[in-house]
Amino acid sequence: MKLDGLPWARHWPFTGAVLALSLFGVAMIYSAGVKNIPSPVTEGIWVRQAIVLLGAILLLIGLSQIPSRWFEWMAIPLYLLSLGVLAVTLVIGTGSGTAEGMRSFLNVAGFQFQPGEAAKITTALALAKLLARKADGPEHLRDLVWPVAIVGAPLALVVLQPDLGTALAFVGIFFAAIFWAGTPWPMILFTASPGLSLILSFSTWIWSAYFLSLIVGLYIYRYRLYLVESLGVILANLAAGAIAQPLWNSLQQYQRNRILVFLDPDIDPQGAGWQLVQSKVAVGSGGVLGKGFTLGTQKRLNFLPEQHTDFIFSVVGEELGFVGTSLALVFFGYLFFRMIRLAQAFDDPFSGIFVFAILGVWLTHVVVNVGMTVGVVPITGIPLPFISYGGSFLLMSWVAAGLVVGMARDVR
Amino acid sequence: MNKYHHHQRRLRAVQARMFVTTLLGLLVAVFFRAQVYRSADWSLQSESNRLRPLTLPAPRGTIRDRAGLPLADNVPGYSVSILSAAPDSMLSTLERMRQYLEIDGDRYRRLEEQARAGGPQPILVSVDAPFEAVAAIEERRAVFPRVLIETRPKRRYPVGEIGAHVIGSVGEINQAELDSPEFEGAEPGLIVGRSGIEWQYESTLQGEAGVRYVEVDATGRIVGSFRGFRRVEETPGQDLDLHLDRELMEWIHQIFPEGMGGAVVALEVETGGILALYSAPSYDPNVFAGVVDQEEWDRLNRDPQSPLFNRTISAKYPPGSPMKLITALVALEAGVITPSDRMPVACGGGYSYGGRVWRCWREEGHGSLDLADAIKNSCNVYFYQVGLRIGLARMLERVNDMGFGGRCGVDLPSEAAGTYPEGPEFWVRRYGYSPREGEVLNLAIGQGPIEQTPLMVAQYFLAVARDGSAPAPTLYRGAPPREGFRFDVSEEALEVVREGLRRVTQQGGTAYLSSLEHFDLLGKTGTAQSVEGRETHAWFGATAGLRGGEPEIVVVALVEFGGGGSEVAAPLVARAADFYLRGQHGIARDTIQTLRDYINARRNTAWALPTPEAR
Repeated sequence: MKLDGLPWARHWPFTGAVLALSLFGVAMIYSAGVKNIPSPVTEGIWVRQAIVLLGAILLLIGLSQIPSRWFEWMAIPLYLLSLGVLAVTLVIGTGSGTAEGMRSFLNVAGFQFQPGEAAKITTALALAKLLARKADGPEHLRDLVWPVAIVGAPLALVVLQPDLGTALAFVGIFFAAIFWAGTPWPMILFTASPGLSLILSFSTWIWSAYFLSLIVGLYIYRYRLYLVESLGVILANLAAGAIAQPLWNSLQQYQRNRILVFLDPDIDPQGAGWQLVQSKVAVGSGGVLGKGFTLGTQKRLNFLPEQHTDFIFSVVGEELGFVGTSLALVFFGYLFFRMIRLAQAFDDPFSGIFVFAILGVWLTHVVVNVGMTVGVVPITGIPLPFISYGGSFLLMSWVAAGLVVGMARDVR
Repeated sequence: MNKYHHHQRRLRAVQARMFVTTLLGLLVAVFFRAQVYRSADWSLQSESNRLRPLTLPAPRGTIRDRAGLPLADNVPGYSVSILSAAPDSMLSTLERMRQYLEIDGDRYRRLEEQARAGGPQPILVSVDAPFEAVAAIEERRAVFPRVLIETRPKRRYPVGEIGAHVIGSVGEINQAELDSPEFEGAEPGLIVGRSGIEWQYESTLQGEAGVRYVEVDATGRIVGSFRGFRRVEETPGQDLDLHLDRELMEWIHQIFPEGMGGAVVALEVETGGILALYSAPSYDPNVFAGVVDQEEWDRLNRDPQSPLFNRTISAKYPPGSPMKLITALVALEAGVITPSDRMPVACGGGYSYGGRVWRCWREEGHGSLDLADAIKNSCNVYFYQVGLRIGLARMLERVNDMGFGGRCGVDLPSEAAGTYPEGPEFWVRRYGYSPREGEVLNLAIGQGPIEQTPLMVAQYFLAVARDGSAPAPTLYRGAPPREGFRFDVSEEALEVVREGLRRVTQQGGTAYLSSLEHFDLLGKTGTAQSVEGRETHAWFGATAGLRGGEPEIVVVALVEFGGGGSEVAAPLVARAADFYLRGQHGIARDTIQTLRDYINARRNTAWALPTPEAR
């Protein structure tokens, strides 16, 4: 068999980047376990991650052989299945590790599994199938009603867990997908506007200015909008502004603190600000070249929280320095560029939209996860693709990569 | 419009690349700022996160006697501290530690405050923990993960109570001192001099503490010691060499009458250096070396015998007869008498002046005397007339010139100033009348409103033993000589005064039984009034040297309620001088020293027979 006939081998720059990032992840997880006072939580877990990685590689090879038409055909059933599992998870799910208070894990035959991770892929498939039906792309806001619904359902179920980090990934899926489907920028902005309204409502003045410019925007694009759509946008924005306060009140204290300390880490340096401050100290003290692999003191002495999962990139920053962090980001950039290139090469809309949806997930994860280690994004329990410790997430990331490679089987 | 036409796809791909590049580029910029631009700040914070500074206490300098024998040195002790962590955790550690380590109430409250205040410095629970407590805590390492036990030098006083007053003692620095500019930069737990030499030469003995770091994890647990570049070695304090003679002090302690209070001062004639400064009763300064035992402290403070009181320099007694030496020197210097002059009125037991009779201590009188015999017999009548020749005004002026109303200037804290009328206004102030000329009669024989410390009385003898000059007595051998006082008198005149003193310990003298086989003992007895109805305080002051040689040592003893000077004070002085001089001249030391000892031991006493001329 000619190696060139295998899609994963033919697209070695993509699969190579995924593998390189994953191996780098295993190395960093190993380092996270090297501490002065060893902890059973982190010691030796790199072996487990490596074993999962082996399985993930086999899975990718297998999945890449399946024709993408099959996934297109199975998209809606798979989507509905995962919605069902998510609903079940809400009832019988458990927490795990750092997500102790949530119900995001299912225990199946002794294995812990996060249905939310699988739902990202099935949602991406379903969204791609829906949007691909219209070669002209969504031209009106009403064309986005179904896409919103398709993403909204799993997102709502995940928010109820409550797992805001995963919910954020669904937002990434949605916007990346509708972008590649050809939605005009104004429509994308109008769709995003209720979210902006929610965030900006903390200040009446800013919100009023924002609302005014929204009206102006709607007026400019009046020839592309039905009246009912414009009214819908306005109502959605008003509603978002109005529920901001009750929503804030309904947040758990730790969630509120995460946002507050993002705005000012000195509010509570011993409590909620601790993670942020210690992560910044770790990253900043790494300097240009870092303290050396496994030698980070913030990590070694347990100052760094969640050093094997959410804050693994702080370990990268502390031990490998700016060279390490910028190289890792360049690697992610390379991976994303390869995906954009694949999407561009696809003639069929379904594959392109799916690749972008996956790109949306990963980009959201990278920006939010990496951003929070230096305090430019509020702390959200969201892992770094391929690098953070966690079986479900690694496996599902590789499944997604396998699907991408599979769809690219005919692309030269 | 087909959105999937390859032109359309390319357009969106370009937009997407720009978007991704912008986002990741921003992140790289943020990391550049944190890791390159501001890295130094974060590195500092990372260091302070994990490193806890620990003070490396500097050992205090050793205090040595003239032979190099230690009077104060250091032995290893144990300190117990709690590393800085969350206040709650420190407080609970403190609470648990109480089971194993005694911490008194005041200190416990202070430690609690320190724990609540926070800060990177560990809190020092004990600077001198008993070994059992240290062992108990060490065994329970698991429950005391943030407790640090270190050896730290602890003060030791090998001679114990013998040198307590002069060497002094040390103690932990208190809050008032920490706030004072003198101890700027000092940290709690620092051991500082509290009294005596330890206080006087604090800055020399102290040294400079060093710093080392231990690495701790996020919970404050010690992970290891950090041997980084920032370790600062401690600088030990400087050693101090004193004039003191440890063996002499031990000997004085041995021969001092048991159960009695008093003081013994010994000076080296050549330098004015202090060979011994002994005060009884005493206390063991070792009990103050670490944490003060409050009970012991209270006991010492309440003791009616006042063992904490340094009688050599802080107690004042009427000088009595030894003051006659000063009277003689003043008169000789003024030229109002010559050594061979006899006073117009021979002693018949009293002297009439100002309408009353001034008594001599010997009712039957001494007859007509020259200076030497007047000194030997301590004849009041002779010195009344010398006093009158000097005159009240000159007497007051000259004696005050010598500084007898002030301090000797010894290098020790809490020296008391002597009492001597500074002028006629003294009487007006104290008694409400102008002094009559007759007051000089009292002053001339050491009576009246005069009080001196034993050290100052020793300084009189120093002047006689030397050439009329008496430098300020000094403990530290490195101290520059300081002018005390000086009488401008001829060597011949001084020799006559010495001859008078010599006769005191010769046949017919009051201290004959205290004479020594190998040495000339030139002494003067004295009594000082004590409390109504009790025995007088006994003085004996002397200078001694080889038979026929120069005086080498001055010894003055005051024994409280010791009666006449010749009974307890004189043998004490004689034996101390004998011990010292035998050592100086390579003569075997012996417990049989004075003539009285020889007689009791039935030894040959031919040496004590009258001088060749007399024979």
